[in-house]
Amino acid sequence: MALASSKEAAAPARPPSGTPSRGFWSSTLGKKTVMAVSGLIMLGYLVAHVAGNLKVFFGPEEFDGYAHWLRVMGAPVLHHEWALWIVRIVLLAAVGAHAVSAYQLSRRDVRARPTRYAHRRKGSSYATRTMRWGGIIVGLFIVWHVLDLTTGTVHPGGFEQGKPYQNVIDTFSTWYGNTIYIVAMLAVGLHVRHGFWSAAQTLGAGSARRDRALRLVANGLALALTAGFIAVPVGVMTGVVN
Amino acid sequence: MEYTDFTVGEPIADTKAPAGPIAERWDTRRFEAKLVNPANRRKHRIIVVGTGLAGGSAGATLAEQGYHVVQFCFQDSPRRAHSIAAQGGINAAKNYRNDGDSVHRLFYDTVKGGDFRARESNVHRLAQISVEIIDQCVAQGVPFAREYGGLLDTRSFGGVQVSRTFYARGQTGQQLLLGAYQALSRQIAAGNVEMHPRTEMLDLIVVDGRARGIVARDLITGAVTTHYADAVVLATGGYGNVFYLSTNAMNSNATAVWRAHRRGAYFANPCFTQIHPTCIPRTGDHQSKLTLMSESLRNDGRIWVPKAKGDARPAAEIPEDERDYYLERIYPSFGNLVPRDIASRAAKNVCDEGRGVGPGGQGVYLDFADAIGRMGRAAVEEKYGNLFDMYERITAENPYEVPMRIYPAVHYTMGGLWVDYDLQTTVPGLFAIGEANFSDHGANRLGASALMQGLADGYFVLPATINDYLARHPGGEPVTDDHPAVREVLAETEDRLNLLLAVDGDRTPDSFHRELGELMWEFCGMARTEEGLRTALRRIPEIRREFWARVKVPGTGEEFNQSLEKANRIVDYLELAELMCLDALHRAESCGGHFREESQTPDGEAARDDESFAYAAAWEFTGEAPVLHQEDLAFEYVHPTQRSYA
Amino acid sequence: MKLNLRVWRQKNDAAEGAMATYQVDGISPDMSFLEMLDTLNEDLILRGEDPVAFDHDCREGICGACSLVINGDAHGPERTTTCQLHMRSFRDGDTVDVEPWRASAFPVVKDLVVDRSAFDRIIQAGGYVTAPTGAAPEAHATPVPKADAESAFEHAECIGCGACVAACPNGSAMLFTSAKVNHLNVLPQGAPERETRVLDMVARMDAEGFGGCTLTGECATACPKGIPLPSISAMNREWLRARRKAKG
Repeated sequence: MALASSKEAAAPARPPSGTPSRGFWSSTLGKKTVMAVSGLIMLGYLVAHVAGNLKVFFGPEEFDGYAHWLRVMGAPVLHHEWALWIVRIVLLAAVGAHAVSAYQLSRRDVRARPTRYAHRRKGSSYATRTMRWGGIIVGLFIVWHVLDLTTGTVHPGGFEQGKPYQNVIDTFSTWYGNTIYIVAMLAVGLHVRHGFWSAAQTLGAGSARRDRALRLVANGLALALTAGFIAVPVGVMTGVVN
Repeated sequence: MEYTDFTVGEPIADTKAPAGPIAERWDTRRFEAKLVNPANRRKHRIIVVGTGLAGGSAGATLAEQGYHVVQFCFQDSPRRAHSIAAQGGINAAKNYRNDGDSVHRLFYDTVKGGDFRARESNVHRLAQISVEIIDQCVAQGVPFAREYGGLLDTRSFGGVQVSRTFYARGQTGQQLLLGAYQALSRQIAAGNVEMHPRTEMLDLIVVDGRARGIVARDLITGAVTTHYADAVVLATGGYGNVFYLSTNAMNSNATAVWRAHRRGAYFANPCFTQIHPTCIPRTGDHQSKLTLMSESLRNDGRIWVPKAKGDARPAAEIPEDERDYYLERIYPSFGNLVPRDIASRAAKNVCDEGRGVGPGGQGVYLDFADAIGRMGRAAVEEKYGNLFDMYERITAENPYEVPMRIYPAVHYTMGGLWVDYDLQTTVPGLFAIGEANFSDHGANRLGASALMQGLADGYFVLPATINDYLARHPGGEPVTDDHPAVREVLAETEDRLNLLLAVDGDRTPDSFHRELGELMWEFCGMARTEEGLRTALRRIPEIRREFWARVKVPGTGEEFNQSLEKANRIVDYLELAELMCLDALHRAESCGGHFREESQTPDGEAARDDESFAYAAAWEFTGEAPVLHQEDLAFEYVHPTQRSYA
Repeated sequence: MKLNLRVWRQKNDAAEGAMATYQVDGISPDMSFLEMLDTLNEDLILRGEDPVAFDHDCREGICGACSLVINGDAHGPERTTTCQLHMRSFRDGDTVDVEPWRASAFPVVKDLVVDRSAFDRIIQAGGYVTAPTGAAPEAHATPVPKADAESAFEHAECIGCGACVAACPNGSAMLFTSAKVNHLNVLPQGAPERETRVLDMVARMDAEGFGGCTLTGECATACPKGIPLPSISAMNREWLRARRKAKG
């Protein structure tokens, strides 16, 4: 056999490559923190959003009035629609941060585990799949949702600024409007269910003692949001809202 | 090379232990030892082989002192050394319980427990250092068990009557080793330790009479490499795997110590092996190793067998008056807590009488029914839960409901490389620490003393003595691969590996190991006779010849080849086994773990012969008949008595 | 009993690997999984084939060397190490898939053996208390509340086997890293280096190429020592706290 003898010890395999960066954004934990915080901001928005949506059951005056109030919110300190724009900018930033960190983390995760096991188990990585695909579905939905009910670009029927009650009924009078919306809201529910609990873990709020409570809140939020949002198309379909 | 005889050489006169009152000897030695200037330490390379409690702690400490340490382990990480499997605890003479413990009592217990075959000076030093070890480990963050007040908890352990054993549930070895590993990791990160995992030492390089390096094999690439230093420290553990079945890890081996022995280091008391009484019995021929259950189980469990021979009833159906709690009967004052050698032999005796339980009658009951009745199941679970779980996983029997079955198994080797008070072998510049040396446990080791000795050697003793050698031998000529001595060692190693690959016979390496192990267990195990040992000495060379004619090692040497690793270790077992038998044959007395049937008291206890055998037997390798050098043991402080645990 | 084994065979890290099928006969239910593989290897040697390489050492479930993914589960169907898995967990005639840990931070060395030295480097980054030998104060000088000592122990039980990484769909080492961070950070002895420890260890973990944590919980389910999932949250808490303190 060949004899590879050396005086100096061979260098250990794959030596540490210098001092790694301690930067916030370069760390997986930093990115996760960004995801958690931006997720919670969006979650807060959704809670407000669903509360507003449910006003649709009190008739067009109240619903449209509420929509108008959103534009004059903060007056007279704030100029017309400023508050709304502040909310929109914060939301846009949250969506952007959430998406970018999710994308970068996912890329990293796939690289970290390039080879699959030959033996596939059932039901594994359920949460990860829900979050990744659910996140993409919700992202696409948001685009459609804005084009449909905010700008009216893809709105079925005549979109009328300032008449959200009628716009909502228009959208949910189409089969695809209902389908897209309901599927997206189910995805939102699943996303919130793992996301809220997960954000709590990321922000260090998780513990064995608190786990039950956190999961309960996560499930409650997911259920309330999904049910609340879906109530509107169901209301339109069943004629309760017309 | 074969031998069935030996010659007697010069006795060993000087062990370097200073004279004077025993409590002052360690201070004296430390003061007399020359120091190496801190600025010069960086220039000294020290090789440490092994990363267990002894090696890990030594590597970390020497690096902290400023030496450049080059360290090796065959495992993929230094954290996996077999010290990790020690369960029970670590002794220290802290006397936190105020139960009459002291350094002197720990010293006394250890000398007595070792059946008066250990060196007093070393044992006393060990007892003194024991208290510092606990401080050191706590500072490192070792999570010892604690009381509600936040102070350290202790328990009592086999063979002693004070509560001086510190523990971390049933994983004390793991926690202590991780402490040493973490200290070592800090030094690796600081660049003071150059760590070579998955690298196995295959031979020692001796140049001009001094240990100057090692030959090692990179287990991934198969490359055989040389490494040089100013001193070499072996912390490679014991040789219990000669027996094939033991509680040692599968890859623990004797190659480093045996190769060092062949290069001039004396091997002392090789026949002193410890058979641990509380192991899980074997289940069949497929058995690859035996699993120990912590001795702490004997604190609350009661050991018994049926009174009648061949009683095949399930344990629950044997009424109380038909059970023989033989340890409590024979040793009323120590009961189930007698030292390991005594408990093991008693188990063997009752099984030999045909009263053993379980498959093949090779087992005795360890029963917790009384403990559960007395303390409640929850308390038993709190104390021993992980051990019970482990037992159930292996045997598929629930020890809360049916008694455990236990049987003795080879566990520890008290023998090892002969070292002086400085832990230096007879090869200058070669040191041996931990289980690899022979010094502190005599003929029997007490429970929870192995961890103590490994850490004492590594953290405190070696770092205080090796500088004396280095200061006196400040850098010889640098050694290179061109040196004739190096070329010779390399060629021998290469030839050995090539030969193993070339035989291409029809038997697996394991089949030889198993055969050797069975032979050793039968004739050099718990009870030994002259006739049996002679049989073994006749058979071992035959097995060895057959090995070199029929072994089959697949693959090549230039790759990751676990069969080659194994076969190469078996080569050394096949030689070391012979020395063990010879040592056992020549020591015609019983002491501690070494029980010669010819030498027993009327009631069957080990009978020592202090007239003839109050010495450590240090064997010199010659290639032919080995030479015996006797180191007489003087007992100035603990007067030798017949051990009595009745 | 008899088993149909499908085992990952790969000559070295550069070679391509593939699953190979073997029949193993005469298996006793009392055998451990590794003893079953021993039997297979003895056969392979006698048939002149290369035996299956796998890491193993203590076979008592404590050294952390053994590392097989059995039927898609790290360490197999029971919550224990591979070496403590016994054949009574399988049925006669079963087909069993045996694969190495899969993660890019754990490259395959040969067959079922992987290189886990990344774990060592995470510990080297800060998984210790700086307490040079000889400098220690008396052990009873600092009492540690029993609850803290037990929490430290619970995390210190980690054997560094890497099952958490193998089980994680993202190849994340969060559970391993959090076990050591929590072990040392909860103790008063570990307090002085509390912030640097978690920051450096997490940075090293990321640099080794482990994935991020998506809290799927697969790691804690696979962990043979029961390191709990909330450990990860506890480490996140430590990390955020350290970030705040580092800034302030």
